[in-house]
Amino acid sequence: MAKGRVRFKEDLCKGCELCTTVCPVKIIIMDKERINVKGYTPATVKEMEKCIACGSCATICPDCVIEVERID
Amino acid sequence: MAVVFQKTKGLTDKPTHYCPGCGHGIIHRLVAESLEELGVLDKAIGVAPVGCAVLAYEYFNCDMQEAAHGRAPAVATGIKRVHPDKVVFTYQGDGDLAAIGTAEIVHAAARGEKITTIFVNNAIYGMTGGQMAPTTLIGQETTTTPYGRNAERNGYPIRVSEMLATLSGAAYIERVAINDIRNIRNAKKAIKKAFEIQLAGKGFTLVEILSTCPTNWGMSPVEAMNWLKDNMIPYYPLGVFKSPEEVK
Amino acid sequence: MGKVLMKGNEALAEAAIQAGCRHYFGYPITPQNEVAAYMAKRMPEVGGVFLQAESEVSAINMIYGAAGAGARVMTSSSSPGISLMMEGISYIAGAELPCLIVNIMRGGPGLGDIQPSQSDYFQATKGGGHGDYRLVVFAPATLQEMVDLVQEAFDVADRYRNPVMILGDGMLGQMMEAVEFKQKPCTELPVKDWATTGKGTRTRNNIINSLELDPIKLEEHNKKLQKKYEEIAKNEVRYEMYNCENADIIAVAYGTTARIVKSAIQEAKKEGLNVGLIRPITLWPFPVEPFEKVADKVKAFISVEMSAGQMVEDVKLAVNGKKPVYFYGRIGGMVPEVKDVLGEFRKIAGGER
Repeated sequence: MAKGRVRFKEDLCKGCELCTTVCPVKIIIMDKERINVKGYTPATVKEMEKCIACGSCATICPDCVIEVERID
Repeated sequence: MAVVFQKTKGLTDKPTHYCPGCGHGIIHRLVAESLEELGVLDKAIGVAPVGCAVLAYEYFNCDMQEAAHGRAPAVATGIKRVHPDKVVFTYQGDGDLAAIGTAEIVHAAARGEKITTIFVNNAIYGMTGGQMAPTTLIGQETTTTPYGRNAERNGYPIRVSEMLATLSGAAYIERVAINDIRNIRNAKKAIKKAFEIQLAGKGFTLVEILSTCPTNWGMSPVEAMNWLKDNMIPYYPLGVFKSPEEVK
Repeated sequence: MGKVLMKGNEALAEAAIQAGCRHYFGYPITPQNEVAAYMAKRMPEVGGVFLQAESEVSAINMIYGAAGAGARVMTSSSSPGISLMMEGISYIAGAELPCLIVNIMRGGPGLGDIQPSQSDYFQATKGGGHGDYRLVVFAPATLQEMVDLVQEAFDVADRYRNPVMILGDGMLGQMMEAVEFKQKPCTELPVKDWATTGKGTRTRNNIINSLELDPIKLEEHNKKLQKKYEEIAKNEVRYEMYNCENADIIAVAYGTTARIVKSAIQEAKKEGLNVGLIRPITLWPFPVEPFEKVADKVKAFISVEMSAGQMVEDVKLAVNGKKPVYFYGRIGGMVPEVKDVLGEFRKIAGGER
């Protein structure tokens, strides 16, 4: 299984939560502790080691918040 | 290490004004990626509508013209007749294309204008605050159908793809959706194919994309994607309604 | 090239071709159908594009797109069709696009009739479309003048990035006269580096647009447009003064009506009545200068039009209260007769008006 890393440009996130519904390993969460510069709760990943670099989160994100890399 | 996903050069750096979870964000990206991957960004000319996507000229990284409401196919016709070698596309919503713009889209398709129309169908008027669209479903509540759309009072929703497919000038018409990853990937394939058919000079191409309007549907973006799947896809079936005999 | 006997509508189409127009988008409407028919035949001969749109609404938007893409474009229509184009014209003016729109006027309002009229003066010069914009409006009186003005119209449009209208009428469109297509000297025109031609190696995307949601910026844009209109008003006024030295009465007329008035003036001379004519050739900008030259020396003005009285308001503004301004007109497609115009001169001279 591939290993991946995702990067969230948090200030672009509008807190729509669509990414959280498509992650196959369910590691994307909405960080209720913080708000970004737009006033939204940004999406983020805490368990990066589980990321499989499928790219689904970036595929559904309407705001190009997420960059996905595959680490081999 | 390999990049799996990076923002396309087909979009500018300007953050969009769209609501959280709005389908426009996804669809803009699919169009921009297609243009970049086909290597035609430097010869693309897009036409923005009136609707939530009125500011699309700030987001697509190519030459753009802003059209009057519904007139984008006519504007695109003017552009393509002047620059037949360029990739010309319109990006329109359901009011722009299926209400005020019905004459323009029908005749651009009938003439076989070699343009590509990206038709975003979210069954409601977004920009003006949630009125009935020609594609609003029976029973759907909007600000101008507060009791739910009723066939007797408000008529029936229009299936644009099926209607335009009857025209000989239309070379390729497909309906897709963006409610889940598989559909988003298929939507991108359809959009790219539409541009390829334009480049092959085969005629008019249109991709109807079922999308969401969480704000005016009164639901969360996640709920809206489910509503699309449960309510829109049954009435607006996905699939190819017109395809050219042979695609280069 | 030599003189050719041509029908007005066809002469104007040929003039556009000679001026380098290679894109025509239009819709059939009487009395200017010959323009489209001529373009349909001629454009392919010169490698240009003729397209019959599905409506005037569509046609004017094709004009917008093509003009925005950098082409020299033209459309033609008649009164009801021009009404349909008003939205598009406002957008073209707001986006600062050059183009030529020809209105071969007919009787109105509404569906009206197909006979000549001048009842679209207000529509052409005072708006028609919404917003603070101006159309440069030319009013030829002969086919030769119309043919010459077509070339000028395209140049004015390009020079100022503004839509330009030629206001003709059904008479001019249908009549036949000898015309010569003169080779105009090449004038320096600005390069259209703003046009959407596909980015190519340009770093900047070209955007054609009239939307500006920030009112501070929209005011700035409008001020820029107003400055442009001031420039045009300073540089592009055209008019003719006929028999105005020693005239007691000045008639004001344009287009076909001006020719009828000239005949009436010649008849009036035989009776010892000295009438002059101020013939605006640009209706916007309206020529104020000739009125300032003669207002103190004459007894009265009379505006003669094929309408219920539209240009007369601008005449009154130009005369500025110095002398009485009368009006005579025929409406709804009726054309004034020389004897009736002469009758009006007599009435003014005899103090009956």
